[in-house]
Amino acid sequence: MRLRLAEGTAPVLVVLVALLVGLAIAGPAYDSVEGYLALLKRAAPLMILAIGQYFVIVSGGFDLSVGALVTAGVVIAARMIDGQESATAWVILLVLAFGLLVGLVNGLIATKLLVPSFIVTLGMLLVLDGAVFLWTGGAPRGALSEGFRQFGRGSVDVPVLGEVPYSVLILLVILVAAALFMRSGTGRALVATGDNDQAVSLSGGRVDRLRLLAFVLSGVLAAVAAILLGGFAGVSAQVGEGLEFRAITAVVLGGVLLGGGRGSVVAATAGALSLEALFTLLNLLGVAGALESAVQGVIIIAAVAYAALGPRTRFRTSRQPAPTQ
Amino acid sequence: MTSAVRLAGITKSFLGVTVLRDVDLELRAGEVHALMGENGAGKSTLLKVLAGVHRQDAGTVEIDGVAHTFAGPADAQRAGIAIIHQEFTLLPHRSVAENVHLGREPVRRLRVDRRRMVRETRELLDWLGEDGIDPTAAVSTLSVAQRQVVEIVKALATDARVLAMDEPTAALADHEVELLYDLVRRLRERGIAILYVSHRMREVFDLSDRITVLKDGAFVASAPTADLTSEDLVRHMVGRELSTLYPDRAAPDELGAVRLDLTDAGNARVRDVTLAVRAGEIVGLAGLQGAGRSAIARAVFGVQPFTRGTLAIDGVPRRITSPRGAVRHGIAFVTEDRKGEGLALRQSVRDNALLVRRSALRGRRSRVADDLRALLDSVNVVSRGEHQEVRFLSGGNQQKVVLAKWLAVDPKVLIVDEPTRGIDVGAKQAVHHLLRELARRGVAILMISSELPELIGMSDRIVVMHDGTPAGELPAGASEAAVMGLATGHEVGEVA
Repeated sequence: MRLRLAEGTAPVLVVLVALLVGLAIAGPAYDSVEGYLALLKRAAPLMILAIGQYFVIVSGGFDLSVGALVTAGVVIAARMIDGQESATAWVILLVLAFGLLVGLVNGLIATKLLVPSFIVTLGMLLVLDGAVFLWTGGAPRGALSEGFRQFGRGSVDVPVLGEVPYSVLILLVILVAAALFMRSGTGRALVATGDNDQAVSLSGGRVDRLRLLAFVLSGVLAAVAAILLGGFAGVSAQVGEGLEFRAITAVVLGGVLLGGGRGSVVAATAGALSLEALFTLLNLLGVAGALESAVQGVIIIAAVAYAALGPRTRFRTSRQPAPTQ
Repeated sequence: MTSAVRLAGITKSFLGVTVLRDVDLELRAGEVHALMGENGAGKSTLLKVLAGVHRQDAGTVEIDGVAHTFAGPADAQRAGIAIIHQEFTLLPHRSVAENVHLGREPVRRLRVDRRRMVRETRELLDWLGEDGIDPTAAVSTLSVAQRQVVEIVKALATDARVLAMDEPTAALADHEVELLYDLVRRLRERGIAILYVSHRMREVFDLSDRITVLKDGAFVASAPTADLTSEDLVRHMVGRELSTLYPDRAAPDELGAVRLDLTDAGNARVRDVTLAVRAGEIVGLAGLQGAGRSAIARAVFGVQPFTRGTLAIDGVPRRITSPRGAVRHGIAFVTEDRKGEGLALRQSVRDNALLVRRSALRGRRSRVADDLRALLDSVNVVSRGEHQEVRFLSGGNQQKVVLAKWLAVDPKVLIVDEPTRGIDVGAKQAVHHLLRELARRGVAILMISSELPELIGMSDRIVVMHDGTPAGELPAGASEAAVMGLATGHEVGEVA
């Protein structure tokens, strides 16, 4: 089968290649495979979050709760493990289950109580933030076990490539699974739901279940990102701060249409990698880290404007003014 | 009587389709002038030209002998023309007086002069003899008929001398219709010119002084109501040749067992629907807008299910409460709103064609469409390939994709609502032949169309809806007059 690019995918690939070339020129670390693997390792949590965010956005919603969910996941894991190696396995399951539960609640409120997902997940963000603060008093207690931290910082020796971080392997598995899912009937129906939920519903589809599924996937993937970030960045009450907007920026940069109906999950992931590469490049060029959020703001506005000025405007105006009655 | 408004030679087209061709209309002060015609005859477009919503391509609008060119609705309003729309435009949570003065609030010492608003509204209500309405009441507390009065008062407050009313009784209950009649008569006595658009024969004869008939966008006749009989009117409205371009109807031996069977079915929109469609048969569902045609389709398909009576598929009674349930029982539904309900426009031809199979029947038929190509060929979709987004296709090809998505699941019963609306003549014929071909393969088809020649040309039988219930059934090749007679609730002596 010929490889096809979903509409809106090409620009992000160009951006990504340009950034990687820029990195190769600017940074001495990027003349070897290890340098890029390190970049991927850093980017893996955001890329996984972007995959989850993609499911929600492409089906017509938003998930603002993922940053707070990452923080909650890390804080819960540290407290529950409290340094005991033996607790690692069940705490990982607990964190994943917590992510699933939060996604389920988001999805049920959004689909059954008809609260816009923007509001539901904003509320969830605040609830989780508050709960974490209440529980920790601002300073997380406990510690992660070495086994837990391996996922975020460990690596395995692979022939040819050398030391490949576990997080990169996890990312790859998730990305391949997500790409395959989006090719399946359910995946296509998810995109169609974001495009026109009426049409899906009148074709016998279960719009609510599809949307619910998107939120659950987003929640679980945020939990995975929490596990990786906990190992990589350590325990703090700020670990997930701002990640929801970073993930949304990544998805939009990947050419996914806000409001749903178009975009590829691979492109959304490429958007996340581009964003991370951009921040790395800016860092190498000596631009103050404080500018990161400003850059992110410019990107999200520019990407949405680019999409809005695309073929969509032509489509809008070509709708026939119906000679009524 | 002096002529208040004179429209001469009005021509208007949209995207190359001529909707009005050289239409004349003269409207006098103190006259109720009925405008009649079939769906699509151009009545609403003419109204919108008069109201400045659309600008005519040719022709003149003269008011009191002065030619006007309206740049927009505000211009028309200044010239004394107001339209009472089918949909009410009132703000429900504001008071009557606030609605009447919306956008033109009187100001006194930098503040809205509420007292004056209320006073002026009360004066207008009194003038109309509608003193039962409190100007300070919120619109949401009023009945539908009272809201209509407020709409009219709002128009009069801008010194309108010409009122155009588009199907004003459509939203009213029976007892409210009488109140509206009285109101219209009072408006006439006070010298207002009224252009009254209605489908309902009786209403027009009860109320109007003069009737103008449009057909296919052209002026057909205009005469004093007293000089017309309802037979004349029906003849003016439908008088045209039947096209012979439709596929052959089903031969008697091609009809199979009853596939869709409704008995005394009803819900909030329709009642006492008894209707059967056989395998191989195309049954036409006729009626005016709002008579319940689409409501039956939506009920069978589980969008707004029946709450009474029985529905049987292939002789087995079924309770269908959702589109998903309907699909799983072999019912397919091509809705009238192709872009809003039929297609996901940004998805590919392939994804749309497989939408039903993937959404409703996943698991039941695991073989993914290896026959997608054959499916698309069978409906003859012209596209740049199966990965092209359907929004780039023509209306006709889009409709073929909608048909393809249903054919992908081999339906037993196919309901099509306005299947050829907005598509060109060639595609229209293709859709007609496709429907007949499906019938030959044993599908039971229920077809809704506002285009009478199409409905008559395609149907093996026609059920005519009036006021939410089947008013009668006509055989293949019935005359348009017979259909219109039943549809308007007018008893026609010689049913064809």
